[in-house]
Amino acid sequence: MIAKNIKGKNMNLGFAIRKKLEQLRKNGKKAFIPYIMAGDPNLEETAKRLKILNEVGADVIELGVPFTDPLADGPTIQRSAERALNKGITLRKILQFLFDFKGEIDAPIVLMTYLNPVFCYGIEKFFKDAKNAQVGGVIFPDLTVEESKHYRYLAKKYSIDTIFLVAPTSTPERVKKIVKASTGFIYYVSITGITGSYLKLDKDFKEHIDFVKSFGKPVCVGFGISNSEEAKYMSQHVDGVIVGSAIVKAFHERSYNAYDFIKSLREAI
Amino acid sequence: MSSKRGYFGDYGGRFVPETLMAALEELERAFLNAKNNRKFIAEFEALLKDYVGRPTPLYFAKRFTEYLGGAKIYLKREDLAHTGAHKINNALGQALLAKKLMKKERIIAETGAGQHGVATATGAALTGLKCDIYMGTEDIRRQNLNVFRMNLLGANVLPVDTGSKTLKDAINEALRDWTTNVRTTHYVLGTVFGPHPYPLLVRFFQSIIGREARKQILKKEGRLPTFLIACVGGGSNSIGLFSGFLKDREVKMIGVEAGGKGIQTGLHAARFAGGAKGIFQGCLSYVLEDKDGNILQTHSVSAGLDYASVGPEHAYLKETGRVTYTYATDDEALEAFELLSRLEGIIPALESAHAVAEAIKIAPKMSRDSLIIINLSGRGDKDVQEVARIKEETSLLGSK
Repeated sequence: MIAKNIKGKNMNLGFAIRKKLEQLRKNGKKAFIPYIMAGDPNLEETAKRLKILNEVGADVIELGVPFTDPLADGPTIQRSAERALNKGITLRKILQFLFDFKGEIDAPIVLMTYLNPVFCYGIEKFFKDAKNAQVGGVIFPDLTVEESKHYRYLAKKYSIDTIFLVAPTSTPERVKKIVKASTGFIYYVSITGITGSYLKLDKDFKEHIDFVKSFGKPVCVGFGISNSEEAKYMSQHVDGVIVGSAIVKAFHERSYNAYDFIKSLREAI
Repeated sequence: MSSKRGYFGDYGGRFVPETLMAALEELERAFLNAKNNRKFIAEFEALLKDYVGRPTPLYFAKRFTEYLGGAKIYLKREDLAHTGAHKINNALGQALLAKKLMKKERIIAETGAGQHGVATATGAALTGLKCDIYMGTEDIRRQNLNVFRMNLLGANVLPVDTGSKTLKDAINEALRDWTTNVRTTHYVLGTVFGPHPYPLLVRFFQSIIGREARKQILKKEGRLPTFLIACVGGGSNSIGLFSGFLKDREVKMIGVEAGGKGIQTGLHAARFAGGAKGIFQGCLSYVLEDKDGNILQTHSVSAGLDYASVGPEHAYLKETGRVTYTYATDDEALEAFELLSRLEGIIPALESAHAVAEAIKIAPKMSRDSLIIINLSGRGDKDVQEVARIKEETSLLGSK
């Protein structure tokens, strides 16, 4: 307890995702977690969009790091990543950008990145620089819980939350391991598929997600949620809703009414 | 091998979206079951004999040997296996596994040169499974004959137009398909790559090459070979051959990567010569990547070697020094392709021609009582059109 008090000030800066989710739960509210790709179409625009998302009422913002081979992603996010890569956006530049940007918005940021950019950057250096840039949490879509020990150790060392994915195909044994490894929240993948797919829920969706929730940690759901009706339905079952492809698409194709669309999602949750 | 599951030393592992993990665990169980299942093994071996035509011959290439004037050269004739390449060993094994032990209704695969696609389509036809094959549009262009063969065999060829439009992009799409249809579909990965248990599974089905070759050379020569040479794309034909001799410390082994237009040009697929450690498409191995961890485009005249990473066991064998890795350029492979055709009446696949090219380099410097086994992993019929096109291009350039 004493140690915690002494570190109190630092603690406030770290683990921002779990704190946010705990606070929302206490207030009986659900998290709205939009996703955008960093550097699509450039980092100046990313700064503007982060501010828009914050203003609309995002509780947490998931920021994607572009990668050449995003195998968990559908065409919308693949193309978004290609646009960013064509502009020369790298993990290095994104961390520098976030370092300069910190303090501009209230919503904590979760970085979503495939593992190889982190591996090449240097795993510990990544967590250290992410902490300095006030990144609240990380999602590595291709890091299985079995391979995660070293990453989790470093995340803890630098006060960053590690969010793991649970899929509809995850067995009870796997769910237990994933829940244990996750801090901040558990990312429940709503469909058996890739991002941006049509939202078609398994018939035992509710039963499975109730099992994941039964461990008591916050659960947020994402993949395939593309409008306010779906967001509303989902939010009834979980602590938060993540919307990615639909927002990326809105900003890219219909930026004139992206604000209204995102606001409608916020209000539905 | 490392004590950590699915690792060869520091290499291998399982780096995939969670959606696939249950399927990989299921596959691992089915694989362990298959290895000890006498009925399954008997059925597989009967098919290898009567359907694939195994054992494939170990052929003494007399004229090729005389021409090079050094080591005695044998060819392990995987080109004579049904469908024309070693790929059938693995594709049949996995199709059987999918049908009999995992009760799947559909198989999917990626293909580069088209040989693994043809082999998988063949396995699907034989077992009565539905079959979709992902293939990059660049590979569809240069391996058109194989596209037609896959269609004839009842498979759908799904063109992949993203990224470099070659093998790596076809693997991404196949993984995305598998992520979506994982409950009904088995992914027949074509090489000793990807997440555990694939590197071990594919090695298991391909190890027949090395077991046969070892027996055959002992029968013909009464001694073990000095060198084994095989081309390395993902690395399945080479692991197949090498695995039979790993314990024979006196047998040296060379893996030949695609040097493309030369390492310094950046247009190649030589992961050991030009790559670094990375995590890509399911495992930790050597990868052609930039300093920010993005995957680089590759180049090779041979579609089957045109890939940005290499099987984790190869990374381990390189690190331990058990296998030496080198490369042959496009030009060297094309020269070997023609030389073997003229001297032996055997048209090698452009992939296998890379191994032949290495023999051309080292055999003349070796004594006449030394022995080389080249894994002739596939036949070159599929490449004839592309080689004709390249020759025409070169002669046009030459006449200017």
